[in-house]
Amino acid sequence: MEISPELYQDMQDAAAPKSRSYVNIPMAFLAGGLICVLGECILNLLTYWGVEQEAAGSWTSVILVFLSALLTGLGWYERIAKHAGAGTLVPITGFANGVTSSAIEARTEGWILGVGSKIFTIAGPVILYGTAASVVYGIMLMLFGMFL
Amino acid sequence: MLEYIWAFLIGGGICAVGQVLIDYTKLTPARILTGYVVAGVLISALGLYQPLIDFAGGGATVPLTGFGHLLAEGIRKSVEEKGWLGVFSGGLTASAAGITAAMLFGLAASAIFKPKDK
Repeated sequence: MEISPELYQDMQDAAAPKSRSYVNIPMAFLAGGLICVLGECILNLLTYWGVEQEAAGSWTSVILVFLSALLTGLGWYERIAKHAGAGTLVPITGFANGVTSSAIEARTEGWILGVGSKIFTIAGPVILYGTAASVVYGIMLMLFGMFL
Repeated sequence: MLEYIWAFLIGGGICAVGQVLIDYTKLTPARILTGYVVAGVLISALGLYQPLIDFAGGGATVPLTGFGHLLAEGIRKSVEEKGWLGVFSGGLTASAAGITAAMLFGLAASAIFKPKDK
């Protein structure tokens, strides 16, 4: 029997577990919402302790990234992510989870070309295209400033 | 109390959009994260992200679109102060704390924890 790419795709779709959107989407909403509320709590606690607004924002990111790296190392983040889907992917903790898990997985391949390069598997595209987009914006600001 | 409810609703909503993308398109998690950051830069450039933060706080800053907003905000400030040099330095300067934290804690975790069996 000849297996065409289309047929293979159909077979794969049939074999893959059905993703149940009516469960996935509310779960993502709940988990993502709670992580954002946690961020809001940390932010308010820091400003309550007298940390200036902008610094408090940066500290909140650092703390969330730390918590995510810790939970990822313990293997707990994946366990939550299995149910929460995009709810644990889209927040900054999902970014930190991607960075940390790539680094841990790459450890057997050594520190330089293993951890050193693969730590950027997720971070690389995010930082590259985020920075590139911001530079395009910066160029537009400069050009508008010159001609308007 | 109300600010926590808005943080929950807006943050949850932004994540639910990501889940819709996962369920109904073939976008991989890496593409979604990259798309969210670039979308954040774009929305911020249009001046629409800061109002969302004023309204929803952590609900807007914690998702990766907030990271994009940070990049755009950094560029805006540094272009004003340094001109063309600011185009090059603004984005990464503003996002340095988050990126450095991810690299540092990721490195530390890889030194402490062993890979899990799949």
